[in-house]
Amino acid sequence: MKKIRVSLRVNGRIFTLETDPNRRLIDVLREDLNFTGVKEGCGIGECGACTVLMNGKPVNSCLVLIGQAEGSEVVTIEGLKGKNGELHPLQEAFIEAGAVQCGYCIPGMILSAEALLQNNPHPTEDLIKEAISGNLCRCTGYRQIIDAVKIASKKIARKE
Amino acid sequence: MSYKVITRPLKRIDAREKVTGEAKFGADLNFSGQLYAKTVYSRYPHARVLSINTEKAEALHGVEAVITAADVPGENELFGRFPVFAEKEVKYTGDGVAMVAATSKSIAEKAASLVEVEYEELPAVLTIEEALAHGAALVHTDAPGNFIENTHHLMRAGDVERGFEEADIILEKTYRTQFVEHGYIEPEVVIALPEPYRRGVEIHGSIQNPYSIRENVARALNLRISEVRVIPGNLGGSFGGKDESVMLMAARTAITALKTGRPVKMVLTREESILESAKRHSYKAKYKIGARKGGTIVALENTIYTQGGAYNNKARFANWRASVHAAGPYRIPNVKTDLYGVYTNTIYGGAFRGFSAPQVVFCNESLMDELAAELGISPKEIRLKNCLKPGDELVTGQVLRPGKIPAPLKQMIEEVCSRSDFDRKREEFSAGNSGDEPVKRGIGLACTFRGTGLGGEGIDTAGATVTIEKDGSVNIVSNLNEMGQGMRTAHAQIVAETLGISYGRITFSPTDTSVVPDGGPTVASRGTLAGGNAMLIAAQKLKERLLMEAGKILNCSWEGLVIEDEIIQYRGKEKLSITFDELIPRCIMERGLTLSAQGWYNPGPEELDPETGRGNAYPSYIYGCAVAEIRVNTLTGKLDVDRITAAYELGRVINPQIVKGQLMGGLIQGMGYGIMEDTETKEGYLITRNFDELMLPTSLDIPEIDIILYETDQNIGPYGAKGIGEIGVELSAPAIANALFHATGRRVRELPMNLERVLLGRALKR
Ligand code: FES
Ligand code: FES
Repeated sequence: MKKIRVSLRVNGRIFTLETDPNRRLIDVLREDLNFTGVKEGCGIGECGACTVLMNGKPVNSCLVLIGQAEGSEVVTIEGLKGKNGELHPLQEAFIEAGAVQCGYCIPGMILSAEALLQNNPHPTEDLIKEAISGNLCRCTGYRQIIDAVKIASKKIARKE
Repeated sequence: MSYKVITRPLKRIDAREKVTGEAKFGADLNFSGQLYAKTVYSRYPHARVLSINTEKAEALHGVEAVITAADVPGENELFGRFPVFAEKEVKYTGDGVAMVAATSKSIAEKAASLVEVEYEELPAVLTIEEALAHGAALVHTDAPGNFIENTHHLMRAGDVERGFEEADIILEKTYRTQFVEHGYIEPEVVIALPEPYRRGVEIHGSIQNPYSIRENVARALNLRISEVRVIPGNLGGSFGGKDESVMLMAARTAITALKTGRPVKMVLTREESILESAKRHSYKAKYKIGARKGGTIVALENTIYTQGGAYNNKARFANWRASVHAAGPYRIPNVKTDLYGVYTNTIYGGAFRGFSAPQVVFCNESLMDELAAELGISPKEIRLKNCLKPGDELVTGQVLRPGKIPAPLKQMIEEVCSRSDFDRKREEFSAGNSGDEPVKRGIGLACTFRGTGLGGEGIDTAGATVTIEKDGSVNIVSNLNEMGQGMRTAHAQIVAETLGISYGRITFSPTDTSVVPDGGPTVASRGTLAGGNAMLIAAQKLKERLLMEAGKILNCSWEGLVIEDEIIQYRGKEKLSITFDELIPRCIMERGLTLSAQGWYNPGPEELDPETGRGNAYPSYIYGCAVAEIRVNTLTGKLDVDRITAAYELGRVINPQIVKGQLMGGLIQGMGYGIMEDTETKEGYLITRNFDELMLPTSLDIPEIDIILYETDQNIGPYGAKGIGEIGVELSAPAIANALFHATGRRVRELPMNLERVLLGRALKR
């Protein structure tokens, strides 16, 4: 198979690589760039564990062929912490609300919530539910996750 | 009693690394030189294997090994008759016939497709009825009648014949429940590598029960148990499921690792995970109940068949648990219960949160409402009348003695009903439903009780090691496993409380079979109960050691010393004191003491009479009660759960936030089980293959949840805590079924209550 050359920016850093065109964004992020916070749960776009932000929008990275990511700006969970390692308000809020159990869905969940808060810093409960409806969590029953997003929204408002 | 660390909603000990993405799960680990493995699965539900040709696969560039049953150095048959590789016969479509290991995932995939297997199809038995039919084909030729070995469990109390004679009314009903997939979001993964420093094999992965896997891998590889080291990674959920199939993956990859001298990694796809992993057992349950006109239940008889699939090592335990709970949390003088596990050529049953309770509780609680309707009394009244109260005798013969085994169920039913406004809403909804509006509303009630820990299922021991280091950090390691339930946080809180130090000092190490001795499986909600008790014992030993040493330093008798807020002080004499930070280096560096202690909890065996099933089945019980409010569209069959109000008795709450998380997660899993989820098969082939076909609840499906926690004293767990991991999943399905009956007058006796069953009262065949 003829390799293709792809450039993309991940968590603020530019990466250029040669790779098989049939690989998915999730494969490159996890295997080549070592962003293992991106999780795979189903490979068919149903669970949201592989959610990353691509040009500010949440996408299932298992459904993106690497060629489609050319020139894009990608944020994974590893890119959310501040420069000095301080946690993002969503990360703090997930801890405070007890929204983390096994943790496998959490990176995708936080990124879906981040995309929501970027657009709408004060979402209603219904909007929160909708924003994370593509992210399956089998442990929490979602209540504490929804509460965490509300807490984060307040934290962000306080900072501004 | 006022506590400093327990009973508080402290932050999870492992939350930070999980929100930053730094926490590694099995699939995130890589070892240099690793091979990628893939299993070749059976093509038929039941067939003879005539030949396996691996030549083409082996010839593929990058393939390092193709192994079959012929390559298994030790025993090919593991616990529950699961074969490492099916040899002469495949018994369901998830059987592995071969495994390939190659230098890349894509080569492994290609190679797996090149393994040629010749089969001769055999007749398959796919349902409980087919398996039990006269002259049915046998799944295992040495298991006559297709009954699974050691799975007939019974309970005999009083005399049911006489009981039914006394009854004014007798009801007979049959209920069915489905196979249910665990649906943890992390698919199974195992990595096996030749031990770098000694003979043996090291295994990492999403492993719920490292000790039983170690034992089975040793058997398959013909190694000694001590030569197999199992280190479970962070588990992305398990709920009982990451066990049998992970055992097989571990055996297969370990064989290949030793054969090739290279690490071997196997990550399942979601399709493979659903195909090969255990499911909640499917049930067919026949019930007969007799009551007096006033509503007093006088006799119950039930015969329950549990579908075990092609291989099985859990029905023998799950059926026993069911035999204790099959009469529900009610005082019934005459009971006759029988459970049987049945082999079929299908996916198999295993452990899934609740372990037989979600099935029997659905049946029992549906039956209670059917009986109430027949008698013309309310669901609340029939339960209040018959529920277990202090001083009552359980079906096992155990007496609910106040101060020994609490029995607050009546109070819980009353409180949940008043909090949810049950009586008024029943009337209001009934009145509203009488019109032509297609959307009907319903409210339903259900209760349960649950034996704590393993009880008579096995020896309920667990161990812990607590080590205080020179710098005052305190490391804990348990031989029970963290899977997301929050056990480590509970353990850390128990240790900090006991030592009188701050929670922030505690760190943990993962379970490692070469470091802590075998503590049995992490099942039966025993992480806090047994595992927490082991932590408590270890911490108490250390505390005593510290106090004795402080007594020497302070020149006083150690019995008068206490540790509180990190200060060791003589009761009432402030001057006689030393801080934890001063004491630790002195103990270690000046006195050469070891500040590491092992705690071992052993409640001793529970004794049961094999003839009647009676005896001390469990040391204690916990209770639950829930009310569900639903809305159902009678034109489309769509059912929405609006609200669940629930109460749980759990001894002592170690961490209220984690307890609520467990209960809410359980309630939503139970709701999925009740109305959405099914693992469907057609002629022995799975047709639910991935999350698009497996309907797991999403954030849009969840009701409002209101939870009331009941604490009681004098319990056997650490600080009086009992296990809480499972009971949450039990009540949603029956409470919803009862609400659905209230809304529509239609009784659905088969799960899940999906659109067709709600609408038509039966399932449409795909
Ligand atoms: S792995 Fe991408 S959506 Fe599930
Ligand atoms: S925390 Fe386990 S899947 Fe969400």
